[in-house]
Amino acid sequence: MRAADLAQVIEIDAAITGLAKPDYWAGVRRRYRDFLVAESAGRIEGYIVGEVRDWAFGAPPCGWVFGIGVRPQARLAGLGTRLLEALCASFRKRGVATVRTLLARDNHLVLAFFRSQGMMAAPFIPLEKELD
Amino acid sequence: MKLQKNTLIALYSALEFAAQPQSKLPAARIAFKYRVSAHHVAKVLRKLRRAGLLQAARGAGGGYRFAGNPKRVTLMDIVEVFEAIGARAPRAARGEAERALAAVLAEIDQIAIATFRSITLDTMLKLVAQARRGPRGRAA
Repeated sequence: MRAADLAQVIEIDAAITGLAKPDYWAGVRRRYRDFLVAESAGRIEGYIVGEVRDWAFGAPPCGWVFGIGVRPQARLAGLGTRLLEALCASFRKRGVATVRTLLARDNHLVLAFFRSQGMMAAPFIPLEKELD
Repeated sequence: MKLQKNTLIALYSALEFAAQPQSKLPAARIAFKYRVSAHHVAKVLRKLRRAGLLQAARGAGGGYRFAGNPKRVTLMDIVEVFEAIGARAPRAARGEAERALAAVLAEIDQIAIATFRSITLDTMLKLVAQARRGPRGRAA
Protein backbone atom coordinates (compact mmCIF):
# COMPACT_ATOMS: atom_id res chain seq x y z
CA MET A 1 0.00 0.00 0.00
CA ARG A 2 1.60 3.24 -1.19
CA ALA A 3 0.45 6.78 -0.43
CA ALA A 4 -0.53 7.13 -4.08
CA ASP A 5 -2.93 4.19 -3.74
CA LEU A 6 -5.01 5.85 -1.04
CA ALA A 7 -7.21 7.88 -3.39
CA GLN A 8 -8.33 4.70 -5.14
CA VAL A 9 -9.01 2.95 -1.83
CA ILE A 10 -11.19 5.91 -0.80
CA GLU A 11 -12.94 5.68 -4.17
CA ILE A 12 -13.62 1.93 -3.78
CA ASP A 13 -14.95 2.38 -0.25
CA ALA A 14 -17.13 5.32 -1.33
CA ALA A 15 -18.58 3.28 -4.22
CA ILE A 16 -19.50 0.49 -1.78
CA THR A 17 -20.71 2.53 1.19
CA GLY A 18 -21.92 5.68 -0.58
CA LEU A 19 -19.72 7.90 1.59
CA ALA A 20 -16.20 9.22 0.88
CA LYS A 21 -14.09 9.35 4.07
CA PRO A 22 -10.65 10.75 3.14
CA ASP A 23 -9.64 11.75 6.70
CA TYR A 24 -10.61 8.35 8.06
CA TRP A 25 -8.57 6.51 5.42
CA ALA A 26 -5.55 8.77 5.94
CA GLY A 27 -5.72 7.80 9.63
CA VAL A 28 -6.06 4.11 8.75
CA ARG A 29 -2.94 4.34 6.59
CA ARG A 30 -0.94 5.94 9.41
CA ARG A 31 -2.15 3.53 12.05
CA TYR A 32 -2.31 0.09 10.48
CA ARG A 33 0.72 -1.79 9.31
CA ASP A 34 -1.32 -4.43 7.48
CA PHE A 35 -2.98 -2.38 4.79
CA LEU A 36 -2.78 -4.32 1.54
CA VAL A 37 -4.08 -3.56 -1.93
CA ALA A 38 -4.71 -5.70 -5.02
CA GLU A 39 -3.47 -4.04 -8.19
CA SER A 40 -4.15 -4.99 -11.78
CA ALA A 41 -2.83 -3.08 -14.81
CA GLY A 42 -1.93 -0.11 -12.63
CA ARG A 43 -5.37 0.13 -11.05
CA ILE A 44 -6.23 -0.69 -7.44
CA GLU A 45 -9.05 -3.25 -7.52
CA GLY A 46 -9.37 -4.01 -3.82
CA TYR A 47 -7.94 -3.53 -0.35
CA ILE A 48 -7.84 -5.16 3.06
CA VAL A 49 -6.89 -3.70 6.43
CA GLY A 50 -6.05 -5.53 9.62
CA GLU A 51 -3.91 -5.67 12.70
CA VAL A 52 -2.68 -8.11 15.34
CA ARG A 53 -4.24 -7.09 18.64
CA ASP A 54 -3.02 -8.32 21.99
CA TRP A 55 -5.69 -9.07 24.54
CA ALA A 56 -8.40 -7.10 22.77
CA PHE A 57 -11.67 -7.91 24.55
CA GLY A 58 -9.68 -10.18 26.87
CA ALA A 59 -8.67 -12.56 24.07
CA PRO A 60 -5.12 -13.81 23.46
CA PRO A 61 -3.31 -12.10 20.56
CA CYS A 62 -5.10 -12.63 17.25
CA GLY A 63 -5.41 -11.00 13.85
CA TRP A 64 -8.34 -8.68 13.19
CA VAL A 65 -9.67 -7.77 9.77
CA PHE A 66 -11.10 -4.26 9.97
CA GLY A 67 -12.08 -3.73 6.38
CA ILE A 68 -12.13 -5.34 2.96
CA GLY A 69 -13.40 -3.96 -0.30
CA VAL A 70 -13.26 -5.03 -3.94
CA ARG A 71 -14.55 -3.02 -6.90
CA PRO A 72 -17.91 -4.52 -7.95
CA GLN A 73 -16.70 -5.17 -11.51
CA ALA A 74 -13.59 -7.01 -10.20
CA ARG A 75 -15.53 -9.42 -7.98
CA LEU A 76 -15.94 -13.18 -8.45
CA ALA A 77 -12.31 -13.47 -9.55
CA GLY A 78 -10.86 -14.50 -6.19
CA LEU A 79 -9.36 -11.10 -5.30
CA GLY A 80 -10.97 -11.02 -1.86
CA THR A 81 -9.67 -14.51 -1.15
CA ARG A 82 -6.13 -13.54 -2.17
CA LEU A 83 -6.22 -10.37 -0.09
CA LEU A 84 -7.41 -12.29 2.96
CA GLU A 85 -4.79 -15.01 2.40
CA ALA A 86 -2.05 -12.38 2.20
CA LEU A 87 -3.25 -10.73 5.40
CA CYS A 88 -3.47 -14.10 7.18
CA ALA A 89 0.08 -14.92 6.02
CA SER A 90 1.27 -11.68 7.63
CA PHE A 91 -0.61 -12.54 10.84
CA ARG A 92 0.93 -16.03 10.91
CA LYS A 93 4.45 -14.55 10.61
CA ARG A 94 3.71 -12.67 13.82
CA GLY A 95 2.79 -15.89 15.57
CA VAL A 96 -0.99 -15.63 15.78
CA ALA A 97 -3.20 -18.59 14.94
CA THR A 98 -6.65 -16.97 14.78
CA VAL A 99 -8.20 -14.30 12.59
CA ARG A 100 -11.39 -12.44 13.50
CA THR A 101 -13.62 -9.78 12.08
CA LEU A 102 -16.83 -7.98 13.00
CA LEU A 103 -19.60 -7.14 10.56
CA ALA A 104 -23.06 -5.67 10.46
CA ARG A 105 -25.71 -8.42 10.54
CA ASP A 106 -27.26 -7.16 7.32
CA ASN A 107 -23.98 -7.08 5.40
CA HIS A 108 -24.94 -10.35 3.70
CA LEU A 109 -22.42 -10.18 0.87
CA VAL A 110 -19.32 -9.72 3.03
CA LEU A 111 -20.61 -12.08 5.73
CA ALA A 112 -21.06 -14.76 3.05
CA PHE A 113 -17.52 -14.05 1.80
CA PHE A 114 -15.93 -14.57 5.23
CA ARG A 115 -18.06 -17.68 5.78
CA SER A 116 -16.84 -19.05 2.44
CA GLN A 117 -13.30 -18.61 3.77
CA GLY A 118 -14.07 -20.97 6.65
CA MET A 119 -14.79 -18.36 9.32
CA MET A 120 -17.35 -19.31 11.96
CA ALA A 121 -19.04 -17.40 14.79
CA ALA A 122 -16.50 -16.13 17.33
CA PRO A 123 -17.01 -16.62 21.07
CA PHE A 124 -18.09 -12.98 21.52
CA ILE A 125 -21.39 -11.14 21.48
CA PRO A 126 -21.28 -7.49 20.44
CA LEU A 127 -23.46 -5.23 22.59
CA GLU A 128 -24.46 -1.58 22.36
CA LYS A 129 -26.85 1.00 23.80
CA GLU A 130 -28.09 4.41 22.85
CA LEU A 131 -26.49 7.16 24.94
CA ASP A 132 -28.90 9.65 26.46
CA MET B 1 -32.17 -23.85 17.65
CA LYS B 2 -34.69 -26.37 16.41
CA LEU B 3 -35.92 -26.48 12.84
CA GLN B 4 -39.02 -28.28 11.63
CA LYS B 5 -38.52 -31.73 10.14
CA ASN B 6 -39.51 -30.59 6.64
CA THR B 7 -36.95 -27.78 6.82
CA LEU B 8 -34.19 -30.19 7.82
CA ILE B 9 -35.11 -32.58 5.01
CA ALA B 10 -35.09 -29.63 2.60
CA LEU B 11 -31.62 -28.55 3.78
CA TYR B 12 -30.21 -32.07 3.48
CA SER B 13 -31.82 -32.44 0.04
CA ALA B 14 -30.50 -29.07 -1.15
CA LEU B 15 -26.99 -30.11 -0.12
CA GLU B 16 -27.31 -33.39 -2.02
CA PHE B 17 -28.45 -31.56 -5.17
CA ALA B 18 -25.88 -28.76 -4.83
CA ALA B 19 -23.08 -31.32 -4.44
CA GLN B 20 -24.02 -32.87 -7.81
CA PRO B 21 -25.68 -30.05 -9.76
CA GLN B 22 -25.61 -31.92 -13.07
CA SER B 23 -27.10 -35.11 -11.66
CA LYS B 24 -30.71 -36.17 -11.53
CA LEU B 25 -31.58 -37.39 -8.03
CA PRO B 26 -34.72 -39.31 -7.09
CA ALA B 27 -36.44 -38.67 -3.76
CA ALA B 28 -35.89 -42.29 -2.77
CA ARG B 29 -32.09 -41.88 -2.70
CA ILE B 30 -32.27 -38.91 -0.35
CA ALA B 31 -34.90 -40.69 1.78
CA PHE B 32 -32.62 -43.72 2.16
CA LYS B 33 -29.55 -41.67 3.07
CA TYR B 34 -31.33 -39.60 5.73
CA ARG B 35 -33.61 -42.38 6.98
CA VAL B 36 -36.91 -40.63 6.26
CA SER B 37 -39.92 -41.71 4.20
CA ALA B 38 -39.69 -41.25 0.43
CA HIS B 39 -43.20 -39.82 0.49
CA HIS B 40 -42.07 -37.14 2.93
CA VAL B 41 -39.01 -36.27 0.83
CA ALA B 42 -41.12 -36.15 -2.34
CA LYS B 43 -43.42 -33.57 -0.75
CA VAL B 44 -40.43 -31.45 0.31
CA LEU B 45 -38.85 -31.65 -3.15
CA ARG B 46 -42.09 -30.56 -4.81
CA LYS B 47 -42.07 -27.48 -2.60
CA LEU B 48 -38.43 -26.76 -3.46
CA ARG B 49 -39.33 -27.06 -7.16
CA ARG B 50 -42.21 -24.61 -6.75
CA ALA B 51 -39.74 -22.22 -5.06
CA GLY B 52 -37.49 -22.44 -8.13
CA LEU B 53 -34.63 -24.20 -6.35
CA LEU B 54 -35.08 -27.50 -8.20
CA GLN B 55 -36.24 -28.42 -11.66
CA ALA B 56 -38.01 -31.63 -12.64
CA ALA B 57 -35.71 -33.90 -14.64
CA ARG B 58 -37.03 -35.42 -17.82
CA GLY B 59 -36.71 -39.09 -18.66
CA ALA B 60 -37.29 -42.42 -17.02
CA GLY B 61 -37.53 -42.51 -13.25
CA GLY B 62 -38.30 -38.83 -12.73
CA GLY B 63 -36.33 -36.99 -10.08
CA TYR B 64 -35.01 -33.45 -9.89
CA ARG B 65 -31.93 -31.40 -10.65
CA PHE B 66 -30.59 -28.39 -8.79
CA ALA B 67 -31.73 -25.12 -10.38
CA GLY B 68 -29.79 -22.59 -8.33
CA ASN B 69 -26.23 -21.34 -7.97
CA PRO B 70 -24.65 -23.02 -4.90
CA LYS B 71 -22.49 -19.92 -4.39
CA ARG B 72 -25.56 -17.70 -4.18
CA VAL B 73 -28.30 -19.84 -2.58
CA THR B 74 -28.12 -19.48 1.21
CA LEU B 75 -29.48 -21.68 3.96
CA MET B 76 -32.06 -18.95 4.61
CA ASP B 77 -33.36 -19.27 1.03
CA ILE B 78 -34.22 -22.90 1.84
CA VAL B 79 -35.42 -22.36 5.42
CA GLU B 80 -37.86 -19.59 4.52
CA VAL B 81 -39.64 -21.85 2.02
CA PHE B 82 -40.73 -24.01 4.96
CA GLU B 83 -40.90 -21.84 8.04
CA ALA B 84 -40.72 -18.23 9.15
CA ILE B 85 -38.08 -17.74 11.80
CA GLY B 86 -39.24 -15.22 14.32
CA ALA B 87 -42.76 -14.96 12.94
CA ARG B 88 -44.68 -14.68 16.15
CA ALA B 89 -48.34 -13.74 16.08
CA PRO B 90 -48.65 -10.05 16.97
CA ARG B 91 -50.72 -9.50 20.07
CA ALA B 92 -52.28 -6.23 20.99
CA ALA B 93 -52.01 -4.71 24.50
CA ARG B 94 -49.07 -6.79 25.68
CA GLY B 95 -47.82 -6.32 29.20
CA GLU B 96 -44.36 -4.88 29.82
CA ALA B 97 -42.84 -8.26 30.74
CA GLU B 98 -44.14 -9.78 27.50
CA ARG B 99 -42.81 -6.86 25.47
CA ALA B 100 -39.40 -7.00 27.14
CA LEU B 101 -39.10 -10.77 26.65
CA ALA B 102 -40.30 -10.43 23.05
CA ALA B 103 -37.43 -7.99 22.41
CA VAL B 104 -34.89 -10.54 23.68
CA LEU B 105 -36.44 -13.34 21.61
CA ALA B 106 -36.45 -11.09 18.54
CA GLU B 107 -32.72 -10.47 19.10
CA ILE B 108 -32.09 -14.23 19.04
CA ASP B 109 -34.18 -14.60 15.88
CA GLN B 110 -32.25 -11.82 14.13
CA ILE B 111 -28.96 -13.52 14.88
CA ALA B 112 -30.33 -16.85 13.60
CA ILE B 113 -31.58 -15.23 10.39
CA ALA B 114 -28.25 -13.46 9.82
CA THR B 115 -26.41 -16.75 10.34
CA PHE B 116 -28.60 -18.66 7.87
CA ARG B 117 -28.31 -15.83 5.37
CA SER B 118 -24.50 -15.76 5.59
CA ILE B 119 -23.97 -19.41 4.71
CA THR B 120 -24.32 -20.45 1.08
CA LEU B 121 -24.79 -24.06 -0.01
CA ASP B 122 -21.26 -23.95 -1.42
CA THR B 123 -19.87 -22.91 1.99
CA MET B 124 -22.03 -25.58 3.65
CA LEU B 125 -20.55 -28.22 1.32
CA LYS B 126 -17.07 -27.14 2.47
CA LEU B 127 -18.20 -27.62 6.09
CA VAL B 128 -19.56 -31.06 5.19
CA ALA B 129 -16.21 -31.98 3.60
CA GLN B 130 -14.42 -30.70 6.70
CA ALA B 131 -16.67 -32.79 8.95
CA ARG B 132 -15.90 -35.81 6.75
CA ARG B 133 -12.16 -35.28 7.21
CA GLY B 134 -12.56 -34.83 10.97
CA PRO B 135 -10.94 -32.25 13.24
CA ARG B 136 -7.42 -33.17 12.09
CA GLY B 137 -8.28 -32.50 8.46
CA ARG B 138 -9.45 -28.97 9.09
CA ALA B 139 -8.26 -26.49 6.53
CA ALA B 140 -5.88 -23.91 7.92
